[in-house]
Amino acid sequence: MTEKVATRDAYGDALVSLGKKRNDVVVLDADLSGSTKTSKFAKVFPDRFFNIGIAEQDMMGTAAGLAIGGKLPFVSTFAVFATGRAWEQVRQSICYPNLNVKIVASHSGVTVGEDGGSHQSVEDIAVMRVIPHMTVIVPADGPETLQAIEAAAEYKGPCYVRVGRSKVPTLFGADYKFKIGKAHVFNEGKDAAIIATGIMVAEALRARDLLKAEGIDVGVIDMATIKPLDTDAVLAAAKRCGAIVTAEEHSIIGGLGGAVAEALVESVPVPMARIGIKDTFGTSGDQEALLKHYGLSAGDLATAVKEVIKKKR
Amino acid sequence: MAVTEEELKSLREKARRVRIDILKMLTECGSGHTGGSLSATDIVTALYFYKMKYDPKRPDWKERDNFILSKGHAAPVLYTALAHAGFIEHAELCTLRKLGSRLQGHPDSKCMPGVEISTGSLGQGLSVANGLALAHKLDKSSNRVYALLGDGELQEGQIWEAAMTAAHYKLDNICALVDNNGLQIDGPVEKVMGVEPITDKWRAFGWEVFDIDGHDMAAITAALDKAETVKGKPTMIICRTVKGKGSKVFEGKVEFHGTTPSKEELDIAMKELSGETVCK
Repeated sequence: MTEKVATRDAYGDALVSLGKKRNDVVVLDADLSGSTKTSKFAKVFPDRFFNIGIAEQDMMGTAAGLAIGGKLPFVSTFAVFATGRAWEQVRQSICYPNLNVKIVASHSGVTVGEDGGSHQSVEDIAVMRVIPHMTVIVPADGPETLQAIEAAAEYKGPCYVRVGRSKVPTLFGADYKFKIGKAHVFNEGKDAAIIATGIMVAEALRARDLLKAEGIDVGVIDMATIKPLDTDAVLAAAKRCGAIVTAEEHSIIGGLGGAVAEALVESVPVPMARIGIKDTFGTSGDQEALLKHYGLSAGDLATAVKEVIKKKR
Repeated sequence: MAVTEEELKSLREKARRVRIDILKMLTECGSGHTGGSLSATDIVTALYFYKMKYDPKRPDWKERDNFILSKGHAAPVLYTALAHAGFIEHAELCTLRKLGSRLQGHPDSKCMPGVEISTGSLGQGLSVANGLALAHKLDKSSNRVYALLGDGELQEGQIWEAAMTAAHYKLDNICALVDNNGLQIDGPVEKVMGVEPITDKWRAFGWEVFDIDGHDMAAITAALDKAETVKGKPTMIICRTVKGKGSKVFEGKVEFHGTTPSKEELDIAMKELSGETVCK
């Protein structure tokens, strides 16, 4: 866990590599290509890159048209704009007609940092997963992002991939094989299981190590695909450990926590805690400070695990 | 290349038959958008039976022209045109809006052959048209993209975003049309939220603009022909139309935006359109 890479950078590289393999790949951005890293693709394939300017709704519709025209569009902007400003266009022009468009939204969660609450999406997973036909992927590190982008390109249908600004530890090696809809179990655990997504996977692994020192055996699962959720992995962890903690850089309402709770309560109801943004907007600050401020550190996770274990029957 | 008198006569007759089928379909269904389907009839007839290149046996034919009904509530005129063009059987028209029908209340590309994209939420179709046009440019194909907008629809901001995109990317393979019938749901457009001056606006956004009578088949066909010669910029044809055009029962009536004819109203309209008086 030494190298740190931002998932948005991995995305930028993945696009270039994909663009070399497939000449039907086109990329759209809304004046944020320097930040979303679609600029890397734009540099190599200027004829296949379309800056639509600060017009996210138009951008989504244009991507839809390119898809009908036989292209494979990747559309990027910040998560708050992709899923907020253009939510209805994503729903009506992409998901409802079930078009093969891949929305890769960057600067998700509070680690957007200093720009503040207006730019920090804490709702995007929730509002994307509720749309029919949408697949929602939140990769945890650079290598998983690269594979997720390739998997999204192979998959036929609308995809939403959430990447971020902050540099995160590399968790996966060359032997890792990402599959849409398949969780990765780092270790099974016994006393409780943490199901995490995105940047919180690294925190979950740190929490596991903290708890190990206290004699608590915690399993860690990377739930990279929020929809379709790997329900089998969720239920197996619940049956095995009897207590679940979810962790996401997102509201505790409607995101990974919501999805896991929905699966558990219908089949294997066990004590559960949701770590995430507690139904509040983001705020300006540096990434480290914000993660502490919102209770998203490994320490916060470890505390939550101990609390939920107490509730086990 | 210019239209002949024979062709004009045939197109006018086709438009008459399309209007008859729209009204029968809507009366049978009891739900749907009468006024905006009738105002667009001559435009859609000219597109499908004079200008556009397509193959009803191959709705996915790579060399086809594309039509986007951005004002998706006028689905009845699109469905009728598709039936006359051979994409579906005439008999299917009477299934409009019924559970399980391919003829959804607003066009659904997932089930209906000949529909490029699902529409219904206003303001979105022109962006999609731009995307198609960009794809054709990348492929260096000569396919053309047509998009039909409503005048009330021009109130949606996304339309103007798309207008900028089309001009910026020099999409001269796009020809959009506005069905400028002057009415929307809550009343006359200029009273609800004025969109005039429409011509000046599109010109200011970098489009080539033609202003025509949207019920004059010679003018419509001539404008469509002229649009093909415009280079380096997209074309907008603003069609002055009458909402409900075809019968005094509906013409100029705000209330017929989203209501359908009663049997009595259908009978009156049929007499004016000289068609049968009984719904099949």
